Amino acid sequence: MAAATRRIRIALAGQPNVGKSTVFNLLTGLNQHVGNWPGKTVEQKTGTCRLEGATFDVVDLPGTYSLSANSPEELIAREYIIKEKPDVVVAVVDASSLERHLYLVSELLPLAVPVIIGLNMMDVAEQQGTKIESHVLEAALGVPVVPMAASKGQGIQDLLARVQDLICGQVYYNPSVPEIRADHKEVLASIQALIADCVAPTYPVGWAALKVLEGDRQITETVRLRLPKEKWEKMQALLRLHEDACMAVASGRYEWIGRMIRAAVFKPRSGQITLTDKLDRWATDPIWGLMILAGILGIMFWLTYALGSPVQQWIDQHIMHALATSTARALAPLPPWVKGLVVDGAIHGVGTVVSFFPILVIFFAVLGALEDIGYMARGAFIMDRFMHLMGLHGKSFLPLFLGFGCNVPAVMGARVIESEHARMQTILLAPLVPCTARMAVVAFLAPVFFAAPTLVSWGLLLTNLLVLAVAGWIISRIYKGEHLAFIMELPLYHLPNARTIALTTWQRLQSFLRKAGTVILAVSVIIWALSTLPHGDIDSSFLATFGRLLEPLGQWMGLDWRMIVALLSSFVAKENSIAALGVLYGADSEASLVTILSATLTPAAALAFLVTQMLFMPCVATVAAIRQETNSLRWPAFSVLALTLISLGAGVLTYHVAIALGLG
Amino acid sequence: MLDPFYPARPIEGMRSLSELRPNEHAVVLELQGGYGFRGRLAALGFTPGAEVQMLRNLSHGPVIVNIRDTRIVLGRREAERVLVTLTRNDDGSSN
Repeated sequence: MAAATRRIRIALAGQPNVGKSTVFNLLTGLNQHVGNWPGKTVEQKTGTCRLEGATFDVVDLPGTYSLSANSPEELIAREYIIKEKPDVVVAVVDASSLERHLYLVSELLPLAVPVIIGLNMMDVAEQQGTKIESHVLEAALGVPVVPMAASKGQGIQDLLARVQDLICGQVYYNPSVPEIRADHKEVLASIQALIADCVAPTYPVGWAALKVLEGDRQITETVRLRLPKEKWEKMQALLRLHEDACMAVASGRYEWIGRMIRAAVFKPRSGQITLTDKLDRWATDPIWGLMILAGILGIMFWLTYALGSPVQQWIDQHIMHALATSTARALAPLPPWVKGLVVDGAIHGVGTVVSFFPILVIFFAVLGALEDIGYMARGAFIMDRFMHLMGLHGKSFLPLFLGFGCNVPAVMGARVIESEHARMQTILLAPLVPCTARMAVVAFLAPVFFAAPTLVSWGLLLTNLLVLAVAGWIISRIYKGEHLAFIMELPLYHLPNARTIALTTWQRLQSFLRKAGTVILAVSVIIWALSTLPHGDIDSSFLATFGRLLEPLGQWMGLDWRMIVALLSSFVAKENSIAALGVLYGADSEASLVTILSATLTPAAALAFLVTQMLFMPCVATVAAIRQETNSLRWPAFSVLALTLISLGAGVLTYHVAIALGLG
Repeated sequence: MLDPFYPARPIEGMRSLSELRPNEHAVVLELQGGYGFRGRLAALGFTPGAEVQMLRNLSHGPVIVNIRDTRIVLGRREAERVLVTLTRNDDGSSN
C-alpha cells in the first residue's frame, strides 16, 4: 500500500483548553521537538509517531478559537494549513461544549484540506449527562468523527487508523460547509464576483470573499494589492453598507453548527450543578477567591524555601564544591591561569546555572500544575481589578507573581497573555519583582547595618513593588487609548496529569538551559577574565579599573569602587554580589566580610547599595529569557538600560534622604 | 435592507450585559465595537440570538457569564458593549 510506506503529515488544530497537548503528547511521546514558529515568539511543537509501518509527522498548531487574523496564533494556524497543505488536519473538539468547539471546524472545512474530528472529553460529557452519537455527527458533517478521552488514553489508536483510512481513500469524505446567514448571501456573491480574478492563487476564492466580508485585514490587504482601483472602491462601498457582515458570517456558522448537532447530541435539562460550578463558587468569590489564591502562592513559597533552597545548598556543597576542589588539584601542575579559567570561570558558571535548577523546577512544575488543573484563569479573574491600576489585566498577575521566585519563569510565563502589548509590558515589568536571589543578598546584608533588618527587608520589597506599579502606570499612559480587551475562557477543572506537568516542566527547563545556560557560562568566564587580566590579581584588573572609573558615580551614594564592581557582578546572578564583595575585600569567610563591611560602610551607603541592587539591571538569565520571548535585541537592551538608570537614581536619592534623616 | 437582528431603534428591555444580575438569563442582540472585537466575541459564541446567563457580577471589575456551555470572563468595558434583552430569572419568572 502506497500510504503505508510514505510519511503522513498531520496538523493538530483545536481551541485552547481542549486537551490538544495531551493528544499531542500521547501521539508523539518523547519524540517531540519544541521550538518557535519561524520569525514568531509563538511556540511550535513537532513530533513523529508510527503505526503499522506508517510514519506520521505531527505538527501542533497554536490553540485558537477561530481562523480570523485577530492574533498571531490564528494567522500561523491558518497560513500553515493553506500554504503547507498537511495531508490531514485533526481537529480536536471538546464533547462537553461541542457547539462552541465546532466553530473552529466550521472554519477548517472550507479550506481544501481533509479534516478528521477528534471528539475529545467524551468522559466529561458523559459525566454531565450529555449523550453524543458520534456516527450521527459523522453522517451530518460528512467527515470522520473519532470519539476520544485523551486524559485516559482512549481513542488515539482509532484516530491514527482513521487517518490512514482517509489517506487511502477508504472513508466517505464529503464535508458539509456552512453558509452565510441568508440576508447576506447577495452581498457575498457580489464581492466574490468582484475579486474573482484577483485573489492570490493559494486562497480559495469563495473563502477569500467571506474573509473580506468579515473584515479580515490580512486577506483584504492581499486583495487590495491585486484589485484594480475602481473595483476596490466598489468593494469598499459594499463593505460600508454591510458593517454587520462579520456577525452574519458568525451567525451563519452557528446556525450550521445547530443543524449538525441537532440529531447527534442529547443534553439533559440545563440547571444541574457541575463540579466546576461548585469549585468556582469559592475560587471566583471576591473574598474567598483572594484567600485561595494567597494559599496557593503561600504553598509555592513554602516549597521554594523548604525544598528548593536546601537542595540548592546541597548541590553547591556536595557536587560543585567537590568538583571545583578536585579539578583544582588535578590542574595544579599547569600554569595558574588554566586553573583560574576552568575553576573560577567555567565551573563557577556551571555552578550558577545548576543552582537555578531546584527553584526553576518548583516554579515550572507549579505553573504547569495550575495550568493543567485550569486554575490560572481563576487567579487572573480575581486579580484583574488590582492589575488595572498599572494598565494591565488579570492575565499578567500570575506571570509577574512567579517573578518572586525567579524572574526567568515570570518572563516565560508571560506567554499566556495573547495581547502583544500587554505581554511586552509584563515582560518589561517582570525584572522589578524581587526574586529569591536578591532577597538572599538583602537577608545577608541587612542585619549587618540595621537594628531592625526585617523592617528594612519589607521596606525594600515594598519599594520594588511601588516602582513596579509606577512604571506600569507610566507605560500604560504612554500607550494611552489602546484599551486591552479582557476576554478569557474559564476552562473546566480537571485532575492534573502528572505526565503532562512533568513533560512541560522538562521542556521549559530544557529551553532555559539551552538559551540561558550557555549565556551564563560565557558571561561568567568573561567576568572572571576581566577580574584577573592583565596582572592576575583583582585589585589591578580591568574590572577594578572600570569600577574606579565609575567611582564618581558611586560617591553620589557613598559607595567605593568595590561596591560598584559587586553590583556589576550581580549581572551573572544576583547572589554573586556577596561572593564578589568577599573577593574584593579579601575576606576569607562570611564572618570576616561582615566585620569589614560594617567598618567601611555607613548605614546610609548600605541602604543605597541595597536599594540599587534590588532594582538593578536584570541578571543575564533574565536578559536571555527576554531576548528569547521578545525575539529581539531591542527589548532586552532597553530593559537593562532603563533599570540601570532607575536603580542608580533610586540609590542616589536613598543616600541623600538617609543622610538628611541622620543615618549618615 | 432590514435586518431582524439589527434594530434601528432600541428594543424594549434592551440593556448591556454588564447590567445583568447573577443568575439572570438574556439573549444577545448586538455587539458594539470594531471588527476585531466583534469577531473575537462572535467566535466565542456571542452571536445574535444566543442565550447567555450571568454567573458573577459585582458592581465593578470583570463579569463571568455562561454562553453555549462555556464560562467566559469579560472585562466590564467589554461586557458593556454586548447588548442583550432579558428573558428570565433562574427561579422561572419571566419578564
